[in-house]
Amino acid sequence: MPFIPHTEDDIRGMLERIGVATIDDLFDEIPRDLRAPPLHGIPEGLCEMEITRLMHERAARDGLPLNFIGAGAYEHHIPAAVWQIATRGEFYSAYTPYQAEASQGTLQLIYEYQTMISRLTGMEVSNASLYDGASALAEAVLMAVRINRRSKSGRILVPGALHPAYRAVTRSIVHNQSIELVELPWDERLGSLDPGSLAAFEDQDIAALVIAQPNFFGVLEDVDALTRWAESRAIPVIAVVNPVSLALLKPPGEWGDRGADIVVGEGQPLGAPVSSGGPYFGFMTSRREHIRQMPGRIVGRTEDADGRSGFVLTLQAREQHIRRSKATSNICTNQGLVVTASTIHMALLGDQGLTRVAEACWANTHALRERLAEAGVRPRFEGDHFHEMVFDFGADAEGILERMAADGVLAGHALHAEYPQLPGCVLSCATETKSADDLDRFLQSLQKARAVAAPA
Amino acid sequence: MNLQEPGLIFEHSREGRSATAQMPRRPGGTIGIPEALRRRSAPGLPSASELDVVRHYTRLSQRNFSIDTQFYPLGSCTMKYNPRACNSLAMLPGFLHRHPLAPARYSQGFLQTLHELQEMLREVTGMSGVSLTPMAGAQGEFAGVAMIRAYHDARGDRERSEIIVPDAAHGTNPATAIMCGYQVREIPTDASGDVDLEALRAAVGPQTAGIMLTNPSTLGVFERRIREIAGIVHEAGGLLYYDGANLNAILGKVRPGDMGFDVIHMNLHKTFSTPHGGGGPGAGAVGVSQRLLPFLPVPVVERTDDGLYRLATEVDRPQTIGRLSAFAGNAGVLLRAYVYMRMLGREGMTRVAEFSTLNANYVMAELRRAGFDLAFPERRATHEFIVTLKHPSRETGLTAMDVAKRLLDHGYHAPTTYFPLLVPECLLIEPTETESRQTLDGFVAAMVAILEESGRDIETIKGAPHRLPNRRFNEVAAAKRLDVVYHPEAAETAAGL
Repeated sequence: MPFIPHTEDDIRGMLERIGVATIDDLFDEIPRDLRAPPLHGIPEGLCEMEITRLMHERAARDGLPLNFIGAGAYEHHIPAAVWQIATRGEFYSAYTPYQAEASQGTLQLIYEYQTMISRLTGMEVSNASLYDGASALAEAVLMAVRINRRSKSGRILVPGALHPAYRAVTRSIVHNQSIELVELPWDERLGSLDPGSLAAFEDQDIAALVIAQPNFFGVLEDVDALTRWAESRAIPVIAVVNPVSLALLKPPGEWGDRGADIVVGEGQPLGAPVSSGGPYFGFMTSRREHIRQMPGRIVGRTEDADGRSGFVLTLQAREQHIRRSKATSNICTNQGLVVTASTIHMALLGDQGLTRVAEACWANTHALRERLAEAGVRPRFEGDHFHEMVFDFGADAEGILERMAADGVLAGHALHAEYPQLPGCVLSCATETKSADDLDRFLQSLQKARAVAAPA
Repeated sequence: MNLQEPGLIFEHSREGRSATAQMPRRPGGTIGIPEALRRRSAPGLPSASELDVVRHYTRLSQRNFSIDTQFYPLGSCTMKYNPRACNSLAMLPGFLHRHPLAPARYSQGFLQTLHELQEMLREVTGMSGVSLTPMAGAQGEFAGVAMIRAYHDARGDRERSEIIVPDAAHGTNPATAIMCGYQVREIPTDASGDVDLEALRAAVGPQTAGIMLTNPSTLGVFERRIREIAGIVHEAGGLLYYDGANLNAILGKVRPGDMGFDVIHMNLHKTFSTPHGGGGPGAGAVGVSQRLLPFLPVPVVERTDDGLYRLATEVDRPQTIGRLSAFAGNAGVLLRAYVYMRMLGREGMTRVAEFSTLNANYVMAELRRAGFDLAFPERRATHEFIVTLKHPSRETGLTAMDVAKRLLDHGYHAPTTYFPLLVPECLLIEPTETESRQTLDGFVAAMVAILEESGRDIETIKGAPHRLPNRRFNEVAAAKRLDVVYHPEAAETAAGL
């Protein structure tokens, strides 16, 4: 019996001590007619050797294409030590650290994580993580509405150039609480938000302003001007940032005159593989004054009965297991193991390593721009970029992407489905993992794909 | 347990030290980011060598209890063995390096696996459709209640404003109902641990959107009149939500779909043995009955007529409650659950329920014999049961907290304490099916030793734990003097430097 250790002797002896004849007798409180039919739809069990072979075949079937898609999930080098340590049984198979004395490893690690991510974002406090970047934004919107007691409208200004999935997820999570997302246009030429477009909301009741840096197009926003506009109207600012970019870019805590109120983002670039979409983690940091409105678990440092320093889950009175219907969120489990990996990742890279990664990302994406120019493919937007760019592949973009994929190159993410106003546009990203040879390969594959399409 | 004081990683840092093997080459040329957008000072991440980091986090891991190192009878959490193959096979390069937006044509191995998982979960729960996208139990709950709301709204039935929740429910249930814009009406439990049917009848009406139930309930007993409950709620026009926290107890034996539930979530990190990871990532797949199919959260994996697999989105399913994650949920967790289910197979599913129930009833019988009081002595245990220390707490002052902390000294993780809230001084004990009789006997012996010790030396117990890195913490002080981010200056001041 896989993973069940009972011997015949054990079973007999245990039933005897319970005082029943068979295991089935233990189910005698369940009405007979509720018993499940045989589960024909589930195949017979496999031993480890068989399932190993099956999974290797499945994983290999999808190949290992050369990938230039980013769009919210980014390939980075992850040191070997990161997942070797994170998957040690003591981290991997531990529960949420409710019993603090038996969980000091996990608790201290989260405290170190909270410190690192707060420093990176330039904020005062952090929680222990949320599910992913998109759902973290939804939680940030709910939090901003709680913070902004003056506002009655529940209207949130959101850039149209914010990741479409982030907008979709936020909408699914907040719309039942009468919160409305109002989209802001981007500048046709630059691809960034036009601070002037905020003038239309000058006299309106706005609950919060969301600023993405870089935005979905990889374009850098004028974060100071946008933040100041909100500050002058006492509107909370929610920053959505790429954590790797923060090695180079001004942290949200320093935006405008006072800095952002809440910062969220996708933690995946800090140590999680792109892994078919998850598990990742969402990070959330904020000003200290807002900590009681924060969702999710928070670790604090304190002292034990002997005066020795240690760590506990704190401010639990915000959470669902204490507050029930009055909790700040229904969240309980977060993404602990990925945060474990991420903390080790940040510790290994340090300031210098993360800066080097961010610089290499910037340089590779800009080198890609130069290479594509050789083929006459140009960026769609003129603004400053970090490590992702929208390129205009022309009318046959879809066909080109398909042929390149067949050639083993995933050139980027086509935007037309989410942005009909950007036909032929493809969002591509070259992180530090891409070599000069990889960029050559992109260019050659692109040229081949276009040659097929060219009229004979 | 590693009792050596580890220090913070920041305290191991030395300016100028780094793990240079992890750095990409410095690119040539200048980085053309405008001055006004640039960071002015370094963030302050650790400066440590690779060995410093490896040693530090290995030491931290040694300051944890875990399933791999200790028996973990944590009620309602299903801390069963997490097979190692599930981890190594989910981390094959083909899965890890697959970009979530890679075209479906180049993702068939991955999508087929997810589709088969969806189908197996559908079969074992008796529901009509499954979506794998929720990233945790609480998100599955959110999806479930959002679907209930979408269903009523789609019928133009907009007067329904309440979700009914039994008083024994997990805190996530009422918190979820509020997130979906509902009010919560709590109903009591009767003396035998079942839902109070009279109270339920009085509570339902045209305002009832639905009820959220866990069955077996958090009291460790099977809700015997579930059919009647379903009848009462459906009669009133409400829907039934099944909280899958305790699915382990009935896997392969009873299916929520057959009990009359309209929507369920499953905690794959409980029943299907994906790791808890020190607090996630979980996965909270949802299943629905026929009438809720159009509202399932997207994406959902579909098999097309030509045998290819694809992700169905908002475009294919216009009535969906929408997306809950940027991509398709916690894919890596789903792969682990798939490997586990395939290894167990058809026969293995039912064994989970049988042996988790056997283990719980055995520990219950042994503890009862040793003089512990049960919350529901007349009932069968399901995969878990409740001991109440109401009497010892009056006689010797022995509380549930004391037993929990003293068990740690004996090398056992504590059971769940003070939940459900309605049983005084309670311990919710869930041994799971993967533990041997010998382990269970050891646990019972420790419980007996603590009860015996409480009669002669309660002070030692009150001071427990004694053999761990720390004694009990002052949680009130922790919340009052909040220290959630390390500030070296503040630490130096506190130390009088």
